Amino acid sequence: MKILVLINNVPDTTTKIRFTGDNTAFDTTRVQWIINPWDELALTRSVELKEAGAVEQISVANVGAQITEPTLRKALAVGADDAIRIDAEPKDAFFVANQLAEVAKDYDIILAGIEASDYNGSAVGGMLAELLDFNSVSAVSGLNIENGELVINREIDGGSQVLSISTPVVLIVQKGIAKEPRIPAMRGIMMARKKPLNVVAPADADAKTTLVDFTLPPPKAACKMVDEENAKDLVALLHEEAKVL
Amino acid sequence: MSILVYTENWDGKFKKLSFELVSYAAAIAKEMGSSVTALSIGEVADNELNKLGNFGAAKVLNVNDSRYNSFDNRALSMAVASAAQAEDAKVVIFAHTNLGKAIAPRVAIKLDAGLVSGVTELPSNFSPFIVQKKVFTGKSFTNVQVDADVKVLTFSQNSFELVETGGTAEIVAFDPQLGDDIFATSVKETNKVTGKVLLTDAEIVISGGRGMKGPENWAGLEEMADLLKAGLACSRPVSDEGWRPHTEHVGQTGKIIAPNLYFAFGISGAIQHLGGVSSSKVIVAINKDPEAPIFETADYGIVGDVQKVIPQLIEGIKEM
Repeated sequence: MKILVLINNVPDTTTKIRFTGDNTAFDTTRVQWIINPWDELALTRSVELKEAGAVEQISVANVGAQITEPTLRKALAVGADDAIRIDAEPKDAFFVANQLAEVAKDYDIILAGIEASDYNGSAVGGMLAELLDFNSVSAVSGLNIENGELVINREIDGGSQVLSISTPVVLIVQKGIAKEPRIPAMRGIMMARKKPLNVVAPADADAKTTLVDFTLPPPKAACKMVDEENAKDLVALLHEEAKVL
Repeated sequence: MSILVYTENWDGKFKKLSFELVSYAAAIAKEMGSSVTALSIGEVADNELNKLGNFGAAKVLNVNDSRYNSFDNRALSMAVASAAQAEDAKVVIFAHTNLGKAIAPRVAIKLDAGLVSGVTELPSNFSPFIVQKKVFTGKSFTNVQVDADVKVLTFSQNSFELVETGGTAEIVAFDPQLGDDIFATSVKETNKVTGKVLLTDAEIVISGGRGMKGPENWAGLEEMADLLKAGLACSRPVSDEGWRPHTEHVGQTGKIIAPNLYFAFGISGAIQHLGGVSSSKVIVAINKDPEAPIFETADYGIVGDVQKVIPQLIEGIKEM
């Protein structure tokens, strides 16, 4: 089995969100970049499966300019065998999925995070599956490979399921796929420097959407405080003033 | 030309979310001089399908076929795309649920459409088509312009008021004519959450954090949830510690929710937690630390000991 993990390079989740150019672009100054949290869990699970002997090779792929390479190196340090960077600014999910389709077709399992923590698109995994005409399963919270067969846990709206599906397949993963993201060890970081990071020229593709501008949520009014001793008053406020009880 | 809305069912029933989607679609149809066709896939009775008419669906395409119960993404997306083509749909709307997020991107590719996921408002403009969505997990919004003839949207629940029109819909059987070989997903086991309010459906959510001090202290929150028919949630440390199941974790990497009322007991309000709950209409925080960041986001707050506050709130709710 060969696994490809899609790696999105996103701002650290504690980043203060600011915009530039009259609110038309995300301000990337002083931003720390990380592996998208769900992609990191997908990668961690892939490494566990490889250590268990169920997977031969793990590749990681990203669509981005050179600034994303430290993130790919980190993925190699966690345990991927090789990395592919498609050298283009990601325009939108359609554009990114079309780029990835060029490098993804020879893998048995493609893992994508359920969303990216920046633009919250939840789109690239599904689009890639469709472009490659692969099966796909979403909201995957568990993956095991038993005698070459995939056993998958997924969340449905209102419960969970255990299922099997044939490869090749795109699995769109969420929390639960691995317990904790794996932190690269010093040995992994040293080895990552020697692992291949292949830079690929982008394919011809258009975007179908454009981000016009950004707005921040309006500032909240001050929090109305109730004394600890009079906590019952809070119920009255929620009932009569906020009208939510 | 029509607006197609995929109305999911849960064991043959629609939820408030399905009706919210139809109301939203009807408002778009009005602006575009079009009409709403709802698509139902699975086994839903006619009297249930009829309810969609009351929220503005002119027509319901009914794919009554138990093979779709396996939620096979490929089969479902083929069914939705063929309905969209049959109806000449210019806008196709899904709920921003696990299922909607799974199939909308596939349908967008099939229809050569532009996709906007997690929309929260009606389009602000129709030519060009511009609609707002949340980005940075609720920390910001963006206006997205769609440069394609067909638009696919996933709609964030609790963003639009239900509008009852009193109308009726024409119910038409629809068969996308898929072979059995398309249905590749083989479900071995299904576990449904029963007897509890689902977190993503709940209008009121009661959530506990590390300040609850331990799993043995959840009885008061459970009692409140029962009294208010609320969903139970928790912060990430609580699920990481195993005090509560990870399905209850709300926050940036857990579930993203938008109830009318969110209670945060003993939750300090880390930015990652707020990302999952900041779209709630009213946030109430109870925390012993007056400097806790949750109070900057909350609408109502009590600085105090959660174990002293909870019994008083329960008493107040019982007297209401």
